[in-house]
Amino acid sequence: MTDRTDKIDRTDKTTTPDEVVSRLRSGMTLGIGGWGSRRKPMALVRALLRSEITDLTVVSYGGPDVGILAAAGRIRRLVTPFVTLDSIPLEPHFRAARESGALELTELDEAMFMWGLHAAANRLPFLPVRAGVGSDVMRVNPELRTVTSPYEDDSAGEEFVAVPALRLDAAFVHMNRSDRHGNAQYLGPDPYFDDLFCEAADAAYVSCEEIVETADLTKDAAPQTLLISRHTVTGVVETPNGAHFTSCVPDYGRDEPFQKLYATTPWAEFAERFLSGGSEHTYQTAVQAWHKEQS
Amino acid sequence: MSTETTTATGTSAPVSRAEYCVIACAEAWRDNGEVLASPMGLVPSVGARLAKRTFAPDLLLTDGEAMLVGIDGTVEGWLPYRRHLTMVTGGRRHVMMGASQIDRYGNQNISCIGDWDRPKRQLLGVRGAPVNTLNNPVSYWIPKHSRRVFVERVDMVSGVGYDRAEGARYHRLPRVVSDLGVFDFATPDHAMRLAALHPGVTVEEVQAATGFDLVIPDEVPYTREPTAHERELIRDVLDPKGLRDREVPTR
Repeated sequence: MTDRTDKIDRTDKTTTPDEVVSRLRSGMTLGIGGWGSRRKPMALVRALLRSEITDLTVVSYGGPDVGILAAAGRIRRLVTPFVTLDSIPLEPHFRAARESGALELTELDEAMFMWGLHAAANRLPFLPVRAGVGSDVMRVNPELRTVTSPYEDDSAGEEFVAVPALRLDAAFVHMNRSDRHGNAQYLGPDPYFDDLFCEAADAAYVSCEEIVETADLTKDAAPQTLLISRHTVTGVVETPNGAHFTSCVPDYGRDEPFQKLYATTPWAEFAERFLSGGSEHTYQTAVQAWHKEQS
Repeated sequence: MSTETTTATGTSAPVSRAEYCVIACAEAWRDNGEVLASPMGLVPSVGARLAKRTFAPDLLLTDGEAMLVGIDGTVEGWLPYRRHLTMVTGGRRHVMMGASQIDRYGNQNISCIGDWDRPKRQLLGVRGAPVNTLNNPVSYWIPKHSRRVFVERVDMVSGVGYDRAEGARYHRLPRVVSDLGVFDFATPDHAMRLAALHPGVTVEEVQAATGFDLVIPDEVPYTREPTAHERELIRDVLDPKGLRDREVPTR
């Protein structure tokens, strides 16, 4: 005998990069997971470039996601503690955008940024942080306020920054694997803050190397690798090599030769060769062709 | 032992400037106990590993990613960024950061050069310098001591110096190591003091390369000599390719 509910499954959230982008609007606040040039949801960022969406507030521990969007003129305001390509310390397009005054910046400390995401995920207006006071982060963000402890303990009188919640309209993250419902898994050494980005967002989109059956997620991996739960996820996209050229261990490391090409090629030339093809597939094909030329 | 490089091996060759820098960096972590040593840059990294192998065996080190590892690379713990930040705020860490600019009170800048609103040269951003300086001991490593780095005023205070740290109960800047010497803030108003010269460097040379007046004690000691064992470790085990001499060419 079968129960009628057996035929009803959880929502299938699988979608495509271009469909994800079609749900966004210009002027939104977009969080982007990963860290520097590590596990960045680059396929989703590339899909953004194929759209007309612009005027974004981007919230990111910045890497080439920021560089590419800045170079394409899609960022109105950037919220970040740094932008780097890791093996190449300074992101060239971010630098150019800053030095030409092309984007507004909310420059926060790394811990302030993390607690801003925590505040958003916990529906708090702010969280107190022992960071920022004394630094010029306070000068360049005059809207920041401080609080003192309401308790009579030995911290009485110390000022903490009340980091405002970094609430996001949408978030992009890239995982190693996910099921069709948004239970997503990282298999590398560091989760970064991707779960927080999803929890802080009204709509979170997870791209992944591979979509697998739910039961397969924990067949060979510990349950702690299940970083992201489906209740925080709106859409799931399978994009093999979708973090390229950033790292996505253990599936692949950073494509250092290609990153170097990215960092040393004038933007228009790079975009024409690799990003003008109209799909993620044409990008990946163009990258393969370039590697072939090099060998 | 490699014969293909020109780097001095064993204990026979004279101690290079880079090797004095390694010793000066290693000494930053002496008697620190069971804390994470976070070196930024090659010379501090060799210094931290030298300290751990000799006089500071309880130090924790990372593999540069998310693992805590022993000197042979054995994984002993997990330290992703989120836990790393808790280690910072919990105070169980001594970082040696770089500085694009540093002033007499130890205010440090890694964010940008020029006016923040529209910088002449955008650098990394403040990164974790604000949280670090308010929570765990922060030392600095400057591989090329010059008036461009040691400035009267930094353009964007990232790491907080002593004159801006009033009420910051966990603020401490143990030392600044450059290719010319070692500096600290052990003065009545916490102005930067010349604490040691690397052998071969003069007080005049250091002052000329510094964009503000250093506090110069009557007697300035020299950075100590590495022991024979330390020289061997640096040359044959920790940095056999001699990368330290690229970060600090003898000048």
